[in-house]
Amino acid sequence: MVKLRKGLSAGHGFNAWLQQRVTAVVMLLSIILFVGLFALAGKVINSDITSWQQYFSYTIVRVVAQITVLAVILHAWIGVRDIVMDYVKCMYGRVILYTLIILWLLGSTIYSFYVLW
Amino acid sequence: MTKKVKFSIYRYNPEKDAKPYFQDYEVEVGDHDKKLLNALVKIKDDNDESLSFRRSCREGVCGSDAMNINGRNGLACLTDIADLKQPITLAPIPGLPVIRDLIVDMTQFFHQYHSIKPYVIDDRPMPEHERLQSPEERKELDGVIECILCACCSTACPSFWWNPDKFLGPAALLHAYRFLADSRDQATNERLDNLNDPYRLFRCHTIMNCVDVCPKHLNPTRAISRIKETMLARNV
Ligand code: SF4
Ligand code: SF4
Ligand code: FES
Repeated sequence: MVKLRKGLSAGHGFNAWLQQRVTAVVMLLSIILFVGLFALAGKVINSDITSWQQYFSYTIVRVVAQITVLAVILHAWIGVRDIVMDYVKCMYGRVILYTLIILWLLGSTIYSFYVLW
Repeated sequence: MTKKVKFSIYRYNPEKDAKPYFQDYEVEVGDHDKKLLNALVKIKDDNDESLSFRRSCREGVCGSDAMNINGRNGLACLTDIADLKQPITLAPIPGLPVIRDLIVDMTQFFHQYHSIKPYVIDDRPMPEHERLQSPEERKELDGVIECILCACCSTACPSFWWNPDKFLGPAALLHAYRFLADSRDQATNERLDNLNDPYRLFRCHTIMNCVDVCPKHLNPTRAISRIKETMLARNV
């Protein structure tokens, strides 16, 4: 294999860092929003299924929930990839792990659409 | 009056020893031997001339006697014996290949340092007089130019342990910031491009071991955040 010359930059890294921060803010905002929503509705979070269904019959609630799920997925991807980059030295090991993680996160994304809509 | 000080010191001579081991020493130090380095020099003089370690300035300027002291990186010449629990356990700074005893191979560390181009880059024609800097511009460099490249920080950084060949480590990043912050330097874009990499800069997870151990009380983590802020400013 070609030996990578040291001291060269891959030209990215900043984007992942920024996305991680932006998604964290989105997650924080939606936690506040949802807690507020439940509090406003005068219900506790573990209330019965019909009131849950009622909340989620509003499109705006679904949209916010979907955005949150997407933020969680992207955030998780960057975080888990960071861990793999730190600890897994073997290139093929990484590729396999990335593939498994991507498949899992992609599955979760599709499933979240299925659940919410 | 003399005092006895107990030590347990990492020993390894690759030419003789199959494995590293710890050796116990007890040394008599006088009233003027306040610093750990004094005691080490005593051990070398009185007990065991084969004990190897680096030192030069003996006053926290050259950065050559960094070692792991009771589990924490520091400079032997700046560490008071009186502050240390005995037996004082000494080991080489972690994460770099050991050459012998407390001496490590710093090639990797300096390679990362050189890769950030640690000099002012300015290709404009030379002015008739020197390139001036206002007192305010000079002030920007306070807290970064004091670094003596002792490697206490980088070798205390888990990210540097895992990826010493790809992650620059706090010391080199501190210097990267030092040249970004220099009003005379004209290579901001190139410098930022060179740092925009998943490893070189962004392996830092803000663990802050570097800040904790720096014997010059510098703050590499802050410098790293400043670099990220500068990138943000360029990108948005
Ligand atoms: S930042 Fe501090 S610990 Fe790190 S190399 Fe410089 S002086 Fe040593
Ligand atoms: S703050 Fe960054 S550079 Fe400093 S010890 Fe932690 S990971 Fe390393
Ligand atoms: S001997 Fe120079 S820094 Fe300690």
